[in-house]
Amino acid sequence: MARAVSRNTKIGYTIAAWIVALIIFFPILYTIITSLKTEQEAIAGFDLIPSFSLSSYETVQSQNNYWRPFTNSVILAVGSTLLALIVAIPAAWAMAFSPTRRTKDILMWMLSTKMMPAVAVLVPIYLIFLRTGLMDTRIGLVMILMLMNLPIVVWMLYTYFREIPGEILEAARMDGATLKDEILYVLTPMAVPGIASTLLLNIILAWNEAFWTIQLTTTNAAPLSAFIASFSSPQGLFWAKLSAASTMAIAPILILGWFSQKQLVRGLTFGAVK
Amino acid sequence: MGRITLEGVAKRFGDVEVIPPLNLDIEDGEFVVFVGPSGCGKSTLLRLIAGLEDVSDGRILIDGTDATDASPAKRGLAMVFQSYALYPHMSVRKNIAFPMKMAGIPADEQNRRIEAAAKALNLTNYLDRRPGQLSGGQRQRVAIGRAIVREPSAFLFDEPLSNLDAALRVGMRLEISELHNRLKTTMIYVTHDQVEAMTMADKIVVLHAGRIEQVGSPLDLYNAPKNAFVAGFIGSPRMNLFSGPAAAEYGAETIGVRPEHISVSPDSGKWKGRIGVSEHLGSDTFLYVEDTGLAETITVRSDGEVNLRHGDTVWLTPNEDKIHRFDKAGDRIA
Repeated sequence: MARAVSRNTKIGYTIAAWIVALIIFFPILYTIITSLKTEQEAIAGFDLIPSFSLSSYETVQSQNNYWRPFTNSVILAVGSTLLALIVAIPAAWAMAFSPTRRTKDILMWMLSTKMMPAVAVLVPIYLIFLRTGLMDTRIGLVMILMLMNLPIVVWMLYTYFREIPGEILEAARMDGATLKDEILYVLTPMAVPGIASTLLLNIILAWNEAFWTIQLTTTNAAPLSAFIASFSSPQGLFWAKLSAASTMAIAPILILGWFSQKQLVRGLTFGAVK
Repeated sequence: MGRITLEGVAKRFGDVEVIPPLNLDIEDGEFVVFVGPSGCGKSTLLRLIAGLEDVSDGRILIDGTDATDASPAKRGLAMVFQSYALYPHMSVRKNIAFPMKMAGIPADEQNRRIEAAAKALNLTNYLDRRPGQLSGGQRQRVAIGRAIVREPSAFLFDEPLSNLDAALRVGMRLEISELHNRLKTTMIYVTHDQVEAMTMADKIVVLHAGRIEQVGSPLDLYNAPKNAFVAGFIGSPRMNLFSGPAAAEYGAETIGVRPEHISVSPDSGKWKGRIGVSEHLGSDTFLYVEDTGLAETITVRSDGEVNLRHGDTVWLTPNEDKIHRFDKAGDRIA
């Protein structure tokens, strides 16, 4: 039922929403402001008006080439996401359309692995990477990021696939579709909206990942998360440069997120909202 | 060719036997209707034939070849689902083309068959639309089109009209019957609506709790129901069934008289009663007669001109030749 909302209430809600949004966004906003300050201004104290100096960006770009970690971030995020989808689509398909009594348990178990602190497996994985020559390679990190996000990808796809009526797949089977045809021509196109939100969310998760990317890379495969980290220690704390590096690292994903808000909301609600 | 034989086919889900072993012969070109109340196993039986469910016991022969373990695609059957089950992301043309694409039929032959099917089903103007842009009746026609182009040895229909409104249902019923007359392909049609069964079938299979109660032509079932269940299920309005002294008089546990086989008179007759409700349909009048002492109400089909009102006393006389007699087990007494 539609409720009549008075003009004042509407204005009140709007102002409240803007305040909440500003509080949530403030850390990012302050990072951007600081990046536009000189180092002296940055350490001087809290100030919302920068001098709009671009010197920090220049220094960051000249000291550490931005494009190399940027390329790595793109390769790691996109690569790990695509690999995860290739593994997860058949897995989620099997669980959604031929469930067994243990399917729910398997799903819970997969999710439970996300509760384990990553540090707990740092040493074995570090050693495996060292022995197999995967250390500081893109392929190694793509695999780690893929495995890390796989449970969430399977869960999301499973929820989307469950929404597809089984009769349509039976119709495809009657029409002579093999398992491969069924997945390729019927299931996947119908699941495209769901797959798209899963893909976006997973790219963001992989882009923002900072534990494994920092632990397992030095220079060759280092993505933007490692790029930021490299500004925090060696030269002491240079707030403005650190902020400039952070801004450069989050800008691409911020823009991507902005343009795909609708898909993301659908992804984050795990198919609960139709 | 589309001769389908079931030999001792049974289906169990875990410990629950939904279909006890049954035998059934479906001749080539026959229009067979599986009818029964909901939960009687008619859809399961159809899915067993389609290959969408595995049989627990027995064999399914299609044109003499054992197809028990064949995949649905390999059986050469086409199915029309209750929900239509169209591919929502494909145009009507692509929906109809899909089975041919899977079968690797050349593109020009595909187009020829699509055009022919679209013309027969009045879909020519809708070929480039998506299923979501069509009405229920049009969607059902697309589903039928998708089945036709495969040139299957038999069509399987799973309650295809139950999502349509009443007027459209009658129209589609005629279209499917005409389709059968034209193609002369075996059709197996599942419905819970005995009117659909009576009007469309060459042969009706009445199912109840997974068992076949009777197999026969619509008139066989109407004139000589094998037991009280079939007697009560086939025919509209339902047959009047009652037990007690009135049945004993005919040497039976239960007797049945169809509403159209009872005459009504205001003066004299065999059973006395009082009009409860009278429904005037124009062509017919259905009288629901109470206080007869036989059953709660007795339905009588009378002509449209009859002028009887609520509370009027009437006398009912059954047509003695049309009384069906059943024994204690409910089986017909010859």
